[in-house]
Amino acid sequence: MAVEGKAIDALGQFELGTVLGPVGAAVGFTQSNLYMLISAGLIFVLMMSGMRARAIIPGRMQGLAESAYGFIDDMLQAQVGEAGRRFLPFVFTLFMFILFGNMLGLFPYAFTYTSHITMTFTLAGIVFVLITFVGISLHGRKFFGYFFPEGAPLWLAPIIIPVEIISYLSRPISLSVRLFANMVAGHVMLKVFATFVVMLAGLGTVGPFLAVAPLAMNVALVGFEVLVAFLQAYVFAILTCIYLHDAVHLH
Amino acid sequence: MDDPDSLNRRLKAARDRQGLDKPEAVKGGLPTSSWGFGLRAGVEVFSALVVGVGLGFALDRWLGTWPWLFVLCFIVGAAAGVLNLYRLFTPRSGARKD
Repeated sequence: MAVEGKAIDALGQFELGTVLGPVGAAVGFTQSNLYMLISAGLIFVLMMSGMRARAIIPGRMQGLAESAYGFIDDMLQAQVGEAGRRFLPFVFTLFMFILFGNMLGLFPYAFTYTSHITMTFTLAGIVFVLITFVGISLHGRKFFGYFFPEGAPLWLAPIIIPVEIISYLSRPISLSVRLFANMVAGHVMLKVFATFVVMLAGLGTVGPFLAVAPLAMNVALVGFEVLVAFLQAYVFAILTCIYLHDAVHLH
Repeated sequence: MDDPDSLNRRLKAARDRQGLDKPEAVKGGLPTSSWGFGLRAGVEVFSALVVGVGLGFALDRWLGTWPWLFVLCFIVGAAAGVLNLYRLFTPRSGARKD
């Protein structure tokens, strides 16, 4: 599958197909949707089974559930302040969904739904709508003062306002492109080096020995990808917090 | 003789002068590795340009003024990209002090 003729098929892993046989085909249920459901289920199981005991001395699952909760809670308090805690359910859901998507995608035969720009842009679009809505509902018309900093000379307004508006509109794009590009780049690299292993192993007697080099590279890359998977979920969550800070405090 | 803390204090002052102690990272800040920072900068410029180009293109198609609004929005988008970069390099004030 990886080697077709002499070409490396690194992008085939991102192709969408329907799962669950004719039922899935009829409603267009793709493997991307399937993995979204799986990750939502896993998050649900983690939080529910982790918090069922409600022990004073937490067990492993409870410790995991509590540290995930505390991590986002700390992040919101540090970035947005006390007013930010009301956004905890939103940011927590976002973070866990992206984290589980990134991590699940590293399993063999799994599909990474965060490697599709439509998916990440939808998430970023939700964040964008939320921060705009929060800004307008908290500050009313003063929210539009965000696009023109106080104290700037008035004759600069025709330049500053369009630039600020475009900078504001670029937020969901930078948010989604960063996550999407990181996931795609990582998975393409893994696939390319995995293909090198197969190609080199077929090179007669010396081949299998040469193939060790890309294999070692892939082992290192998988470790690196685990880091990237966590880091990108973290960056997405913290940028959401920073944007929420701007919306709540207007600078 | 000096009190026992004085050595620590002088040592701390000397280390600060020489810049030996790294300033404590702001808790919960964005990762600041050079690679991550570079990629972030690239994405910030790219996304502002995408918005500028897209907006100019759409406005031109709507108003039939090709290519003037496209050129204008491209320049404004580039300026917005530089503004994004400026924001990236300016340390943000944390929320705790507000």
